[in-house]
Amino acid sequence: MTLDEGWRRLHPISPVINSWQALVAVLALAVQQQGLGNNAFKVAGGLAVAVVVVTISYGVLAWRATRFRLLGPDLVLESGILFKRSRRVPLARLQAVDIVRPLLARALGLAELKLEVAGGRSSDATLAYLSEPAAASVRNELLALAAGLRDDVADVPAPDEAEETVVATTPVGLLVLSTLLSGPMLVVLALIAAAAVFAIASGEPAVFFGIAGSVLFGVGTQIWNVFNEDFGTTVAASADGLRVRRGLLETRAQTVPPGRVQGVVIREPAIWRLFSWVRVEVTVAGYGRSFGGGSSGVTRLLPIASRAVGYGVIARVLPAVDWSAVEVAPAPRRARWRAPIEAGRLAAGVGDEGGERVVVTRRGRFGHRSDIVPLARVQSVRLRQGPVQRALGLASVAVDVSPGPVRAVALHRDEKEARALHDRLVTEARAARAAALPDRWLLPGA
Amino acid sequence: MTPDAFAPPQGGWTRVSSRLGAARRFVSLAIAIPATAAVALAAAFLASSVAAIAVVLLGAVAVAVALVLVERQWRAIGYAERAEDLLVVRGVVFRQLVVVPYGRMQFVDVKAGPLDRRFGVASVQLHTASAATDASIPGLTPEEAARLRDRLAALGEAHAAGL
Repeated sequence: MTLDEGWRRLHPISPVINSWQALVAVLALAVQQQGLGNNAFKVAGGLAVAVVVVTISYGVLAWRATRFRLLGPDLVLESGILFKRSRRVPLARLQAVDIVRPLLARALGLAELKLEVAGGRSSDATLAYLSEPAAASVRNELLALAAGLRDDVADVPAPDEAEETVVATTPVGLLVLSTLLSGPMLVVLALIAAAAVFAIASGEPAVFFGIAGSVLFGVGTQIWNVFNEDFGTTVAASADGLRVRRGLLETRAQTVPPGRVQGVVIREPAIWRLFSWVRVEVTVAGYGRSFGGGSSGVTRLLPIASRAVGYGVIARVLPAVDWSAVEVAPAPRRARWRAPIEAGRLAAGVGDEGGERVVVTRRGRFGHRSDIVPLARVQSVRLRQGPVQRALGLASVAVDVSPGPVRAVALHRDEKEARALHDRLVTEARAARAAALPDRWLLPGA
Repeated sequence: MTPDAFAPPQGGWTRVSSRLGAARRFVSLAIAIPATAAVALAAAFLASSVAAIAVVLLGAVAVAVALVLVERQWRAIGYAERAEDLLVVRGVVFRQLVVVPYGRMQFVDVKAGPLDRRFGVASVQLHTASAATDASIPGLTPEEAARLRDRLAALGEAHAAGL
């Protein structure tokens, strides 16, 4: 595995896994053409073989051209057959490391390592695929370098995985219930009920089965995807940061180092409030691009949990502050002219109960949400006022963080108070930045 | 109607070039005059000359309103370079004041389209790690834009923070 000068390669089976979809498609096509005449079958077969050979050779060439190494505090990744690319990833800027195991890779004992670094588009680096032990040891090395535990790889053996304490797990039953009680599912049930009424009224049961079937299939896939992704979500705390493991068929193990969570949002959808369930989502720089899943990181930290468990997890994410003790002030009563439905729930506050300074905003009439942003993570602060707000003497203050589910905005405050809040956020964010953890969070003397 | 919420910081706002007003007036007229003329002609042929005159009058009122808005809009744009952050204010109907700490800047863009160049203006836009940060300053003279870009880049370097 180790080559000259510390260069390493991906696992040799990688090209096959990367092109398996193309291979399967070609094979399926070839089999399908069997029904045709003998000649046509030969042509199709020949084409299929040619495509397979080309795909595999391309994969092998790409594999040969890809190599990576740790160089000082950076990861260097070289790839490309014709157009060579060499990417140097500064590990001090590492935002998260994910180990993803798609079903096929998992069956072969392989895993994909994804590094998220804050930056423009495609700032992430992906190592697909490594053997599972290699992926884990590379991850641990990366985290140790990123933390500042070591400055160079030299010949030091890869560090052991940091010890962890499990903070929360999502029971399967609860996850099933949450998907059944989610918005899309209610739409499904409503549509099916409507179809049933229509079928009975018109006396044509076929209509019912047609509508119900297509609706179930459409929304069913979506619900299945969420279920598949969130199955068995486990959140654990360790010296490397937050660890999240999840997934049924495709599993994903995320590590988010300390100080990398840009903000937290707690959602309580209307129905969930009856059972005191909450969902906890986080914004991590680099995860934002493909929102709510897909190939990039998953922003749902805890898909569903009791309020106590959810708050416990947030206490681990933002260890230096008791956010629920932060005093929030409601928006003035006249805000209801601008936001008639949720005005009564609008509230915002800044506080540092426990040490770290955070801004907390609340909104939502039926489904509640609270957004929490540590002031040290604020990118910019905006004061906004539309014509209606102006007539009412109101203004909103938005706190910008890197892209993700968190949207902390103090809506419809009294305009003088809004300006005061705005100025206060600007000043206190400056102080919080100065006091924040260094990029390399375990660097001695930092 | 109190101006307090958007009151300027100490030192006041630096306003942008009046050439931005000229550029925007040009755009408004370049759209409004041919559009009014076309509709008026159509009205003259399809309806009556009275309708055409009405259309022209309506067009004139619309242009007048647009010109007043344009004038107020460019005059409402301002920025202030403070020790630690940049403030940008803009808007008449929808007003916004954004504060970007220098340490949060990821990069700075200077842009000037063909029309901007014709009128001798350029815009400077600041980017942070947040896509929501909306800090662009249109209507700077090219020299001021270049100066601001270099100063912001230098300050960004000096205050650089992680995320």
